[in-house]
Amino acid sequence: MAPVSSREDRLLLVAFAVAVLSGPLVLAPFGAGYPDLLQKFAIFGIFAIGYNILFGLTGYLSFGHAAFLGVGSYTAVWSFKLLTMNVLPAVLLSIVMSGLFALLIGFISLRRSGIYFSILTLAFAQMSYNLAYSVLTPITNGETGLQLTRTDPRIVDAMFSIPVGQGIPSTSLFGISMIGWSGFYFCATLLILSFYLAMRITRSPFGLMLRAVKSNQNRLKYTGVNTRSYALTAFVISGCYAGLAGALLAVTDPLAGADRMQWTASGEIVLMTILGGAGTLLGPVLGAGIIKYLENIFSSFNHQILHNFFSFLPDAIEKPVVGVVSLFVGEGWELTLGVLFLVLIVFLPGGLMEGVRRLRVRFFPADAAGSVTAGGAAKSAPRAVPGQA
Amino acid sequence: MDAIVLQLLNGLDKGGAYALIALGLTLIFGTLGVVNFTHGALFMLGAFCAVSMQMLLRTSKQVKDTSVTFFDSYIDVPYLQVWFGDTGLQLINYAVPLSILLAIPLMLLIGILIERGLIRRFYHRTHADQILVTFGLAIVLQELIKSFFGANPIPSPAPALFAGSANIGAWFGLGDSVSYPWWRMVYFAFSLVVIALVFAFLQFTTFGMVVRAGMRDRETVGLLGIHIERRFTIVFGIAVVVAGIAGAMYTPIVTPDYRMGMDFLVLSFVVVVVGGMGSLPGAVAAGFLLGILQSFASMNEVKQIIPGIDQIIIYLVAVVILLTRPRGLMGRKGVMED
Repeated sequence: MAPVSSREDRLLLVAFAVAVLSGPLVLAPFGAGYPDLLQKFAIFGIFAIGYNILFGLTGYLSFGHAAFLGVGSYTAVWSFKLLTMNVLPAVLLSIVMSGLFALLIGFISLRRSGIYFSILTLAFAQMSYNLAYSVLTPITNGETGLQLTRTDPRIVDAMFSIPVGQGIPSTSLFGISMIGWSGFYFCATLLILSFYLAMRITRSPFGLMLRAVKSNQNRLKYTGVNTRSYALTAFVISGCYAGLAGALLAVTDPLAGADRMQWTASGEIVLMTILGGAGTLLGPVLGAGIIKYLENIFSSFNHQILHNFFSFLPDAIEKPVVGVVSLFVGEGWELTLGVLFLVLIVFLPGGLMEGVRRLRVRFFPADAAGSVTAGGAAKSAPRAVPGQA
Repeated sequence: MDAIVLQLLNGLDKGGAYALIALGLTLIFGTLGVVNFTHGALFMLGAFCAVSMQMLLRTSKQVKDTSVTFFDSYIDVPYLQVWFGDTGLQLINYAVPLSILLAIPLMLLIGILIERGLIRRFYHRTHADQILVTFGLAIVLQELIKSFFGANPIPSPAPALFAGSANIGAWFGLGDSVSYPWWRMVYFAFSLVVIALVFAFLQFTTFGMVVRAGMRDRETVGLLGIHIERRFTIVFGIAVVVAGIAGAMYTPIVTPDYRMGMDFLVLSFVVVVVGGMGSLPGAVAAGFLLGILQSFASMNEVKQIIPGIDQIIIYLVAVVILLTRPRGLMGRKGVMED
């Protein structure tokens, strides 16, 4: 891998920050210029960046990261209930809690690698999910989900005698309400911070070690390196990111439910990372944005919209076309996701960033050879042979 | 004592389903070396074979109801009844077992298509890629079923003959409380028969011998001049058929909906891992073992001691086994130990 100058990194960071902060303007023509959706982009972007530190760098495929998201959400809501409606303590506590949780699960799961690691993480996530629904109901409020009420103690708020006001209080940052645009800018700021941190981790010697774990763990072990502690650190970091994302979900909508922890949610984060390009810096954010955007757009289509859209076709053709297309939108948008995913894995396993890199090599060979892609850690290593994974 | 026997029985049919799915998974993994996350969805497809068989047999035409004389009233009468009378009704009654006839060719076809079209491209990719592509396929299958059959569970009852419960307690001189639904007993027997058939096929046919040799050492089999990859398609097809008929027969026990596959998938992977990757007897044994363990864990007496144990017992066992016996219960040395 060619060394990337810090100047280029700074440029990338600035470009990223500008792109994120100008999101409300740029994405408005695409029907995505409202805070609810943009917040989701930012939150799942953070989640995917964190997941990528584990999966993209070390190659450990975890199928249980939704559990950390869930822990983060629950912690944040409890902080709103018991301490204060201020979001900072909630965010910090969530990161710490899910970090501890990740330490516990990672410590056990990382005793194995490959598919066994995947199944161990899956088993732990399913256990958390099942327990959240059954025995832990006093903490999680079971199927209803954990909600705020007007009569929650909120010790810190009471100490500073912040008025509760009418109805359920809203989350705030020192008086600034986190509903609407201010909520988005809060998430966006954290997204940029997370991106910066991930960039520093990727470029650091530690990040290099993580990539070494991925490319040949045995060789690393022979040279006397304890690979497990590196993998565990990556696991905990990505758990903290997931916790942060979970906390932000609770910040923008103070409600936590166990369905957030289900393994299909873990699958979704894997899809996001792969779609964008595992191992790249920008890829996961891109993947998260695209999937959340498609989810939002496709699931809102209905028969009538399709009818209008295809009305230029003659009737005999229009009917079957609408019939087929309607399978893929509305309720069935996940079918689109599945098909997209299949096509991607078969034809472009490196994700969208790999596609960008290939295009660059084709059209600007000199430029592409000179520096690695904007994403930095584009996957150039050949894919490992089976049995080694 | 009664309670213990009852839980043992309750575990058997669930264990049978786990064992059948895990058997297919192990077969695919052992020969093709592919981790197949689609298997749960294939189980679900099998269940929907039973549902569509039932719909097919119940296809009705409207007939004027002669018992109502005041006004024109129409009732739906299945064509089978119109054509064959009581024999037709019996056919409808036996929709679930009959659906096996539909499931076998259909699932075989689906299996061959999946292997030829998709899995074949992934023999030489990483396990992570295999997991991801089969996971994607599972989503696609699941969503297709949802768009055709809707999201609500569709009940498909067992034949009337097997509807009630058997009073097993009385047979063996135990209390009357030990009763067991007939259909579950049928399912248990069915799973044993299918497992026996698969093992017999592998043990007593030349094809099976090649497959077993391939499971042990694929490379050597290839060096001996046997085109092993050609057999993979059939092996995959068989595994898919086993999962399919397991699903079709399970419909009277659990009302099928499009999501049932995912639940079974996670559990059956745990079963495979506990049994030992690549070991067929291990998969069967672990299937029954975990099924029975799960039903014991859901006893009230046990739940009082350790609350919530029924929800996590299988995963807990998997974690313990994976950490203490990396090969699983019956895994061979050197097969996917890492």
